[in-house]
Amino acid sequence: MSEVLHPSILLFTGALVVAVLRGRLQQGVMLLVAAALIWLVFSLPSGVFGATEFLGIELSPMRVDKLSLVFASVFAIITLVGAIYALHVKDTPQHVAALMYAGSALGVVFAGDLVTLYVFWELMVFTSVWLIWCRRNPASMAAGFRYLLVHALGGIVLLAGIILYYLDAGTVQFAEIENTGLAFYLILIGFLLNAAVPPLGAWLADAYPESTVTGAIFLSALTTKTAVYTLIRGFPGTELLVWLGVVMALWGVVYAVLANDIRRLLAYHIISQVGYMVAGVGMGTIMALNGAASHAFTHILYKALLFMGAGAVIHMTGRAKLTELGGIYRYMPVTFLLYMIGAFSISAFPLFSGFVSKTMVVEAAALDQRAWVWLLLSLASAGTFLHTGLKLPWFTFFGPDRGLKPREAPLNMLVAMGIAAFFCVFIGIYPQWLYAMMPATVEYQAYTSGHILWELQLLLFTGVGFFVLLKHVGGEPKISVDTDWVYRKAMPAIAGGIQRVGGAAWQAMLGTLMHKLTALVTSVSAHHGPQGILARTWPTGSMVLWVAILLAASLLIYYL
Amino acid sequence: MDLGRLLQAMVERGVLLRRIMYVVLAGLVIADIVVPSKYDRFPWESIGGFGAFYGFISCVLIIVVSKALGYLLLYRSEDYYDE
Repeated sequence: MSEVLHPSILLFTGALVVAVLRGRLQQGVMLLVAAALIWLVFSLPSGVFGATEFLGIELSPMRVDKLSLVFASVFAIITLVGAIYALHVKDTPQHVAALMYAGSALGVVFAGDLVTLYVFWELMVFTSVWLIWCRRNPASMAAGFRYLLVHALGGIVLLAGIILYYLDAGTVQFAEIENTGLAFYLILIGFLLNAAVPPLGAWLADAYPESTVTGAIFLSALTTKTAVYTLIRGFPGTELLVWLGVVMALWGVVYAVLANDIRRLLAYHIISQVGYMVAGVGMGTIMALNGAASHAFTHILYKALLFMGAGAVIHMTGRAKLTELGGIYRYMPVTFLLYMIGAFSISAFPLFSGFVSKTMVVEAAALDQRAWVWLLLSLASAGTFLHTGLKLPWFTFFGPDRGLKPREAPLNMLVAMGIAAFFCVFIGIYPQWLYAMMPATVEYQAYTSGHILWELQLLLFTGVGFFVLLKHVGGEPKISVDTDWVYRKAMPAIAGGIQRVGGAAWQAMLGTLMHKLTALVTSVSAHHGPQGILARTWPTGSMVLWVAILLAASLLIYYL
Repeated sequence: MDLGRLLQAMVERGVLLRRIMYVVLAGLVIADIVVPSKYDRFPWESIGGFGAFYGFISCVLIIVVSKALGYLLLYRSEDYYDE
């Protein structure tokens, strides 16, 4: 770009430098790049930069406007938080992948056309998968390959959509997608897959819990939220999304009840929270879209905080299951308290960030008189507090004492969590800071007596329900099947069946052929073989005899 | 660490905390009944204490329905996918 530096270029260059450095120098450069990114993003002027024409297609690789800046700002903050959280990690591929991944996500957010968007979209997949593989165990290798395949498929659908859209609409500019038929739906499916909308969302809860402790912070923040950005930009007011969003919010809640792995529980609550954003996009009113964007902003911060808290527990205890954890609050009190700030934020307690964003989406449903949407999103809200605010911390930090005596998490992890926690409280107390960034003017009052009383009652009485049913809500040493069952069990079983049946048929066909072939060979060898009638030697004597007979016959015929 | 001890002291006074919580809960419901409702877009918004009822019911419903789905349909042994 001639006029301004594209943030992705900063991060890609930074990743290259980080790749060749080691030790303190590497840590320093990581922090420097992340800090420079925040400065760069917060000082970007609005406008379209580097517009060019390629093969007759108008490309605008960098478009800066309010909507893209909302997401870019929070991506930049979380890149710094994630870099600090991962500072102790001595694993260069992870650091490089994380920076490249963040750079790719920013590339999507700033892409002014669908071609640029597609390039960065695919780059996100190939950079993020390393954050899963770098856990370096068989489960993460397998989960990483599934993640890659699912996203590769989603990418193909998206590409097909973009090409068709170009043929239909004659443009690849990324604005609201016109409903031209198939192209509209293909692009939508591509976006929905990355937003982890059921039934296309099982990759998230499959892969994220298998990622590295520090990689999960980047994963939880970037992929689904870039997808939310693309939905806000491309599909505002698509009615279908309202109901997909509601289903999503509840889907995540149900699976979180069943989850035993703490990061899988949190992963399902990403799906649940993104449901609010998707529903907001579907409603499409100014308040709903502002709500979706601000909820994405707060969500990235509190969800990263929650993943950092869970990651710190896994890092210090080596355990990740509710049924194996318990009683460690005395040993990790700072981690516990910081985690709880994230938990209060995601649950939308007043004075915490979720309250000023989630209630905006719910309020938008009320203004639209969508009673069912309102009730079901409120129900999901109760579920959020139930799992993230009660079940997970109770059975991880309190609950039965398993004799674990971990030390407190390392300082860099606590500092990273502290920064995220600061933003969660700051936004909760001073929502105007967040609202000022929104694409449209926010005319929403979060702190009214009505909202506060409703939310507090809803959440605290959810707490009553939790303690009443305490015996039944703990984790169980089981896993629950999601739609990834289709490609992890059903399709392999079908393929196995095809292999077995097909193999048997092939063998049978070969058998029949062999039989015929053998018969043929036998008959040929009977005539032509060493003992065959046609292979006998012809004695010269019989030849002379035959010649004599023929001569005699011709003589006879001559005289006749 | 001091923070850990502080938390431990609070946990040891769990009964007291629980009683304080009861007072808070009761206070909330009373406040919701006393304070005139600000919204009336849905009929239930003007019912005092509806939030408390809905929160409790939601919690029970979520646990019961999810666990039922788990046992009837979704739960598998942990090595289900390893073969």
